[in-house]
Amino acid sequence: MTMFLTIAVVVLIFVVIFQIAKASEYVSVLKGEEVSRKQNNKINGLLMVVFLVLGLVGVWYCNELLYDKTLLVQDAASVEGARVDSMLWVTLAVTGIVFIATQVILFVFAYKYQEDTNRKVVFFAHSTKLELIWTVIPAIALTVLVVIGLRNWFLFTGEPPKNAMVVEVTGKQFGWIYRYPGKDGSFGKKYYKNIDNASNSLGLIWDDELAQDDIVMEQTVYLIKGKPVKLVLGSRDVIHDVGLSHFRLKMDAVPGIPTTMWFTPKYTTNEMKELTGNPNFVYEISCDQMCGNGHYSMKGVIEVVDQEEFDAIMAKQKPYYYTAFPEKDPSAAPADTSVVASVVSAVVKKIN
Amino acid sequence: MSHEAVLHGDAHGHDDHGHHEHHDTFLTKYVFSQDHKMIAKQFLITGMVWAVLGGLMSVLFRLQLGYPDSTFPFLEDLLGKWGKGGRITPEAYYALVTTHGTVLVFFVLTAGLSGTFANFLIPLQVGARDMASPFMNMLSYWFFFAASIVMLSSMFVETGPFSGGWTAYPPLSALGDASPGSKTGMDLWIISMALFVVSSLLGGLNYIATILNMRTKGMSMTRLPLTIWALFFTAVLGVLSFPVLFSGFILLIFDRNFGTSFYLSDIFVNGVGALPNEGGSAILYQHLFWFLGHPEVYIILLPAMGMVSEILSINSRKPIFGYMAMIGSLFAIAILAFLVWAHHMFVTGLNPFLGSVFVLLTLLIAVPSAIKVFNWLTTLWRGNIRFTPAMLFAIGFVSLFISGGLTGIWLGNSALDIHLHDTYFVIAHFHIVMGVASMFGMFAGIYHWFPKMYGKQLNNTLGYIHFWVTIAGAYLIFWPMHYEGLAGMPRRYYDFSIWESFKQFGELNKFISLVSMIVFMVQLLFLFNFFYSIFKGRKLTKQNPWDATTLEWTAPINPGHGNWVGEIPEVHRWPYDYGKDGVDFIAQTTPVGADESQH
Repeated sequence: MTMFLTIAVVVLIFVVIFQIAKASEYVSVLKGEEVSRKQNNKINGLLMVVFLVLGLVGVWYCNELLYDKTLLVQDAASVEGARVDSMLWVTLAVTGIVFIATQVILFVFAYKYQEDTNRKVVFFAHSTKLELIWTVIPAIALTVLVVIGLRNWFLFTGEPPKNAMVVEVTGKQFGWIYRYPGKDGSFGKKYYKNIDNASNSLGLIWDDELAQDDIVMEQTVYLIKGKPVKLVLGSRDVIHDVGLSHFRLKMDAVPGIPTTMWFTPKYTTNEMKELTGNPNFVYEISCDQMCGNGHYSMKGVIEVVDQEEFDAIMAKQKPYYYTAFPEKDPSAAPADTSVVASVVSAVVKKIN
Repeated sequence: MSHEAVLHGDAHGHDDHGHHEHHDTFLTKYVFSQDHKMIAKQFLITGMVWAVLGGLMSVLFRLQLGYPDSTFPFLEDLLGKWGKGGRITPEAYYALVTTHGTVLVFFVLTAGLSGTFANFLIPLQVGARDMASPFMNMLSYWFFFAASIVMLSSMFVETGPFSGGWTAYPPLSALGDASPGSKTGMDLWIISMALFVVSSLLGGLNYIATILNMRTKGMSMTRLPLTIWALFFTAVLGVLSFPVLFSGFILLIFDRNFGTSFYLSDIFVNGVGALPNEGGSAILYQHLFWFLGHPEVYIILLPAMGMVSEILSINSRKPIFGYMAMIGSLFAIAILAFLVWAHHMFVTGLNPFLGSVFVLLTLLIAVPSAIKVFNWLTTLWRGNIRFTPAMLFAIGFVSLFISGGLTGIWLGNSALDIHLHDTYFVIAHFHIVMGVASMFGMFAGIYHWFPKMYGKQLNNTLGYIHFWVTIAGAYLIFWPMHYEGLAGMPRRYYDFSIWESFKQFGELNKFISLVSMIVFMVQLLFLFNFFYSIFKGRKLTKQNPWDATTLEWTAPINPGHGNWVGEIPEVHRWPYDYGKDGVDFIAQTTPVGADESQH
């Protein structure tokens, strides 16, 4: 019923607007085409400045409303992200000035040079000097932006610092799998045909000893504050993308072609809760590449902790090998499943 | 056949084709017409149908984004299982987003824009009876029509239309098991796009041949109106880049149906298991796609730029400023369009050095773009502006092109793109600069050349309402999206409520959805004006209603097939003699006077 009512109202509004428009045609015939055309010209000329003023006020108002909801309010959560932010401000300054200047010129010219029977048009078709000016000035401004941009680009895409920890992140429809290299500091080999959702979600090759101490986690990945981290990205099925908006970075996860990204977390998750004043704050990994019907829910969580806490968490993790082969887990027999760090390291030594 | 008809017409001096009943049955005049003007109208009206469908799709998915917690019973009536319980399902949402993109980019802003105005304007403005090959021209439309039918039919298959985004990246688009939309829906999508590519090529070759070979006496290349220059570069871009897309699609068809591994490697699909394909590169497709995809942006934009240049000059009663610079910048944009495709791929793991080259070339495009903007502004300076609806839309185009172009400088700089890529910032950027701006160019063109197309006048008041609501609406919809992007809010999300980082924009999304509905309604008002005026509009009484200099206004009010009665007029000057020596305008057909000043 409301549906029909809405349609009826819309149709009614249409009819009214149309009748007014039609009537204005008759009026113009009565008044004389030329007279009414000039009136319309004046109205539209005036609307040009009205639009400009309302538009600029709107830009300001929109900023008032929305600025606090963006990431710009707080610091970037990574050391490298701070560079993105400063670059963003420089770019905003350059483009902002051009934006205001050109929009003002456009609408003011439109208003100022509206038809006036007394004005004689200037036949001004060409000026090499002017054209050179507005070729060279944008070129210089852009060169500055390119230089800033490329310095950052080569930093972001270059080699991470030597002390960086390495974590592998693998996308699948619709979630993330993380892998730490374990005590030996190296990842074991994997082959996608070994994948088995129950016991080997990454297809690790168990014959490879390096794989036997690898730690595999889902949902949450732990990183260390102040320690550079290199993420090695991959995908099990379609292309995904590891979007880290708080760290100002993202990178595709492509099946068959590993990609990497690195950054240095600056604040722990708890520190961010205080900084943002949001007790529910989490670093979220959003999938930023269309990956299927569950794309919008493909969420991962990064928890940044300090070194001590990280060590404590890692100490509790069992190598993924034991999930595949529970009988080989020396700690499987006791009812208490929580594994003490020393036991794990002893086991790892024995296996090696 | 057409040439016979023309000669026949010439000999007897008739422009009324009623005298050629043996040629003009309903079928040959309105359906399988070889008259470029009729084909242009066919492209335009088909484009309009798609614009309405594509626009309606966006309204539907905006309903989901604005009101994710509400149910609308009519959705179930409209979409059946795709709108179960009055809520659009994720499958349907993604199908709508994908089809909206495909249809608007290719069917509306490529076929609807180039197809309409290249067909309509090239012969009329260069002084030709028709296209170089009227038959190929007719085929071009009918391939487009077939593409439309196939695309439309993909909406009705059991597993749904393709839903992996208009860019159709494999493996998602290659694997039916990864997404139901990638089953039959995707097959139809590829077939439709392949037909569309054929249509574009047939059209494009024709446009190039006509512009190069069929100009009337005296119409040298530097006397061509800027619309023709823009349409020329557009056609060249299309002819050189669409085949690459086509090859990308062929490989995709092989991967989908014949077990090859061009794009596939190391894939394990849940519920199916490991696939045998190894050694392919999913990124290869993106290179092939964007090698068309980026020029495509300019295929959409250049015709709008050309028409806007023309309309700004005519209605300022001043010559376009920097005619040669305008051609030069079109040329520069066309060249650079082929050298920037990888800026869509900065986060694919691209070689950083290669990435840096693409940054440089991408930002270089800002230079010819800046030249164009400043030249348009100078064209307005000290003019005598008539605000026809076409002029309003042309000014709106410049405003939008500035707004959307400037954010291109943000996104083209790779280090910043890493942060903003695939967020709402990108949506805001390309909708403003490519979508809405080109749409404005198209509206400007329709308002300006409608009298030539139908010999009738559109209602101006409706035109004014259409313009002011649309430009205000466009900014209200897309401007705030920059802020969503600056919050990192990703594109193509069905629902943001589970995200701590993005859920703060609920109210804003509601507002945007509401505005988009109003803007959509106003477009319907425009359509009503258009179709009403074809039949009931006031008859055009002046042969040259805008006091323009170009050739199309020397043809009769309702030109027959062949365009001019008698000889095609000869051209003596460039098309921008407005306000020269105190004369309002001097038509291109007027010989240069002895005491005329040089420019």
